[in-house]
Amino acid sequence: MSVVALPDRAARPEPRTRGRRVPVVSIGIIAVFVLIALLAPLLSPGDPYEQSLRLRFRPPVWEERGSWTHPLGTDRLGRDMLTRIIWGSRVSLAVGALAVVLAGALGATVGLVAGYYGGRVDAALMRITDATLSFPVILLALILAVTVGPSFTNVVIAIAVILWARYARVIRGQVLTLMTLDFIAQARIAGAGAWRIITRHLLPNTLNTLVVLVTLQVGYVIIVEASLSFLGAGIPPPTPAWGSMIAEGRDVVTSAWWVSFLPGLAILLVVLAFNLLGDWLRDTLDPKLRQL
Amino acid sequence: MLRFVLFRLLQSLVALAILSVVVFVLARATGDPLHMILPMNASEEDYANARKYLGLDRPYVEQYLSFVGRAVTGDFGTSIRARRPVIELLRERLPNSLKLAAFAMGVSLAIAFPLGVMAAVKKGTGVDRAAQIVAVLGQSLPTFWVAIVLVEFVAGRWQWLPAGGADSLASYVLPGLTLGWFVVAGMMRLLRSGMLEVLDSEYVKLARLKGVAERKVVWVHALKNALIPVVTFAGIYFAILVTTAIVVETVFAWPGLGRLAYDGITSRDFPVIQAVVLTTAAIVAAVNLGVDCLYALIDPRIRYG
Amino acid sequence: MPAVIDVRDLRTHIVTRWGTIKAVDGVSFALGEGETLGLVGESGSGKSMTCLSIVRLVPRPAARIVGGGVLLDGDDLLTKTDDEMQRIRGRKVAMILQDPMSSLNPVFSIGMQMREPLAMYHGLRGRAVVARAAELLASVSIPAPAARLRAFPHQLSGGMRQRVVGAMAIAGPPRLLMADEPTTSLDLTIQAQYLGLLKELQQRHRFAMIFVTHNLGIVARTCDRVAVMYAGRIVEIGPVRRIFTQPAHPYTRALLESIPRFGARRERLAAIAGQPPDLATLAAGCAFAPRCPAAFDRCVEAPPETEVVPGHATRCWLHVPA
Repeated sequence: MSVVALPDRAARPEPRTRGRRVPVVSIGIIAVFVLIALLAPLLSPGDPYEQSLRLRFRPPVWEERGSWTHPLGTDRLGRDMLTRIIWGSRVSLAVGALAVVLAGALGATVGLVAGYYGGRVDAALMRITDATLSFPVILLALILAVTVGPSFTNVVIAIAVILWARYARVIRGQVLTLMTLDFIAQARIAGAGAWRIITRHLLPNTLNTLVVLVTLQVGYVIIVEASLSFLGAGIPPPTPAWGSMIAEGRDVVTSAWWVSFLPGLAILLVVLAFNLLGDWLRDTLDPKLRQL
Repeated sequence: MLRFVLFRLLQSLVALAILSVVVFVLARATGDPLHMILPMNASEEDYANARKYLGLDRPYVEQYLSFVGRAVTGDFGTSIRARRPVIELLRERLPNSLKLAAFAMGVSLAIAFPLGVMAAVKKGTGVDRAAQIVAVLGQSLPTFWVAIVLVEFVAGRWQWLPAGGADSLASYVLPGLTLGWFVVAGMMRLLRSGMLEVLDSEYVKLARLKGVAERKVVWVHALKNALIPVVTFAGIYFAILVTTAIVVETVFAWPGLGRLAYDGITSRDFPVIQAVVLTTAAIVAAVNLGVDCLYALIDPRIRYG
Repeated sequence: MPAVIDVRDLRTHIVTRWGTIKAVDGVSFALGEGETLGLVGESGSGKSMTCLSIVRLVPRPAARIVGGGVLLDGDDLLTKTDDEMQRIRGRKVAMILQDPMSSLNPVFSIGMQMREPLAMYHGLRGRAVVARAAELLASVSIPAPAARLRAFPHQLSGGMRQRVVGAMAIAGPPRLLMADEPTTSLDLTIQAQYLGLLKELQQRHRFAMIFVTHNLGIVARTCDRVAVMYAGRIVEIGPVRRIFTQPAHPYTRALLESIPRFGARRERLAAIAGQPPDLATLAAGCAFAPRCPAAFDRCVEAPPETEVVPGHATRCWLHVPA
C-alpha cells in the first residue's frame, strides 16, 4: 500500500459566508442616530444656534483646555459641537429617508411600467432613464440651489430627480424576468388587467430588490447631501448640517481639527452602518444583486 | 458589430438632444444674469440695452435654436462673466478634467483588479478580509472630508505632495486618489463577487481537468467572464467620477470643468452652464458607448446574439 | 494484462460544520485497456467524488484525500506534486462533465478551447495545431470542423457541444477517460448516438473508461463491469451480465427491481424503503442496514469485501461464509 504524501493543506470547513449573522452593530448605530435625530430637542445639551465669541474653538473634553460643558468642543462661532452634530443628524437622516423613498417610488413605477408594457413604451422610458442616469446629481442640485435658493426641499428634490433612474433600471430588469414566468401569463388568461397584474403580481416580487436598493442608497444620498452642504448649495446656514460644518472647519483643520473631523466621523459611521446593513439585506433577500 | 455601434451612437445622440433642451431650460431658470453684471444703480434702459446686446430679449425658441445651431459647430457663445468665448474656457479646462478623471480611473483599476481577483482566489484569508474592509470604507467615506484631511496633512503639514494646481505629475496624486477611492471600492467588490461566481463554474472545473495551469485558469479562463459586469459598471462609475469631480476640484483648486461649472452657476453665466453640462453629458455618453462596445468585444453572445 | 488504473482503498473526507463526511470510504477497483466500468448509485453515493479524487481535484479547502492509492500504469498519482498532477490531468486522465451547456467557456471560441490542450500536451503551434484541432472535431463526427473552430459555444446545439467536449477529452489521447453522466443533459434521440461515439473512441484509442451514471439501462449497454456505490463504499462489483442476472447485494437487487419493466404484469412501482443516508451521521456498520430487508444482527459491523465468484465481489454479511 502506498504511503500517502499529500501536499494538500489541512482540511477545514468552508469559511462561513460573511453576513449570515444579523449585523447587530449596524442596526444599533442606525437606531442610535435615528433616536438622536428624533429626540434632538430633548437630548442636546445646548442650543445649536447659540453663539459665544468668547468660547470659540474650545477643544473636546479629552484635550487640555476642554471641559464637560462642551464635550465635543465648539466651533468658529462658539457653538456647541455635540449639539450641532445631534441636530445635524436630523437633516442627514431626513434627506436620506425622503430622497430614497421618493426616488424609489418613482423609479419602481417607471421600471414596472416599462417592463410590463415593453415595446415602444419601454424604449422611450429607457431613453429617458439613460439620459437621467448620465446627469451629474451635484450639478443639478447646484443649479437648483442657485435658482430657487438652497433649501431642504430643493436638496431632496434635486437628489430624487436623478436617483430614480437607478431604481428604474434594476426593477425593469427584474420585471422582464418575471414576465417570462408562467404565473403572469396565467393572470392574463384569467382576465387580470394591467393595473392588477402590476400591483398584485409584479410589485410584491420586486419588493425585496427595492428594499435592498433603498438601504444601499441611503448612505450615498447622505454623502451627496453633505457634499452639497459643503459646497454651500445644500441646507443653508445656520441650520446645522454635517457637510457645512466640515466646510466651516476647513481652514483650521490642523489647529481646531475637531470642527471638521467630528462631523465627518458622524457621516462615516452612519453611512457605514447603512452600507453594511444593505449588504446583509442583499445577501439575505436577493443574492443575485451581488453586483450592486 | 458595426450595426451595433451605429445604433448605440444614435441612441446617445438622442439622449444628448433631450439633455440640451433640459439644460437650456435650467440655465435660463437660474435667474437673470444681468443682476450680477450691471452695477447697482443701472437704469431700466441700461438693462434693456444689455439684454439686447446679449440677445436675451429674443423669444425662447429662437434662443434655443440658435444655441443648438452654434453648439454643433462648437460655438457656445461668450461667457457673460469672463467676456471670453466659452469654447476657449472649455479648451483650457476640459483637458485638465479629463486628465484627472483618466488618472483616477487608471489608478483605481490598477488597484482594484489585483485586489479583487486575489480576494476571490484567496477567499476567507487575510487578503480577502483586507479587501472587503477597503471596499466598505471606500463607499462610506465622504470624499471631501478625506480631501480636506489630505490637503491639510499630506500637503500642508508634511509637505509631501502639492495641494493645488495641475502642474506636475505629483499634483495629480492627491486629487486623483481622493476621486478614485470610491471607484476602487466598487470595482473591487464587483470583481470579487464576479470571480467567486466564475471560479465555481463548470467550465473552470473543466479547464482544471484539462490540465491548464492554475494561474492561467484564474487570469484567462475565469477573469474574462468576470469582467462582464465590471465593464458594465465602469461606465456608471465614470459618470460618478465626473460628478464628484466638482467637489474635489474645489478643494484642490484644480482648474477643470467642475470649477468652471461652479463659478458659472453662481454667477448665472448661461452660456457657460449650458456648455459645461452638455460637455459633461457628452463625455459620459461617449464613455458609455465605449463601454458598450468593449462589452460586446468581450462577450461574443452580445455580438452574435 | 496490467491494469491501466488501479484504485486501492481510496478515502476522501469532507469537513463540514455538521461533521466529517466520508465521501469516498475505501473504494477499490482496477481497469485494463479498453475496459469500461460503470459506477452507479444514488446522488451523494460518492461516484463523482471518486472521479475527482483520482485526479486530485477535490473541492478545497473542505475536502481532502486522506488515504489509499491511485495507480495509473503503475504510477501512484497520490504521491505526485501539484505540478506533476497538472501535467497528468487532461493528457493522461481526461473527464467529461454532465452539462455541455456550462462546461464550455462562453467567451472563448471552440478553436481556442481545442487548441489549448493540443498546445499543452503536444507542443503544437500555428497551422499544425489548427489542423489537428479540426481533425479531432472530425473524429467525433462534427460536420464542417474547420468552420466550427471559429464558432462560439452558444452557437452550437447541446449534442454538438458534448461532442466538442469529447474531442477535447481525447486530445491526449488519455489512458483513462471518466465520463460523469455525459448523456443526462442530452435529448433522448441523441443519447444513443453519443454513447456509440464514446465506445468507438475507446476502441480506437484503447483507454479505460469509468462511466458514472444512475441509469442502469446505459450501464447494460456500454459497460463491461459495474460497481454499485452506497454511502461512499462500493457494495458490489462485478461483470455486468452477472450483476444484472445474479445480484448479490440487497441494494443492487432493490435497484434492479425498481426499474419499471415493459410488458411485465402491472404492479406497484417498487421503491426502496427509507431515505438515503445522512452522510454526516453514519453509524458504524453496514450503511444500508437501516433500509435493508435482509438485515440481521451481524450488520452492526461493517462487512468486508468478499468474493462471491472470482471477479464478482460484494460487501454483505449474507455472503460471508459463517
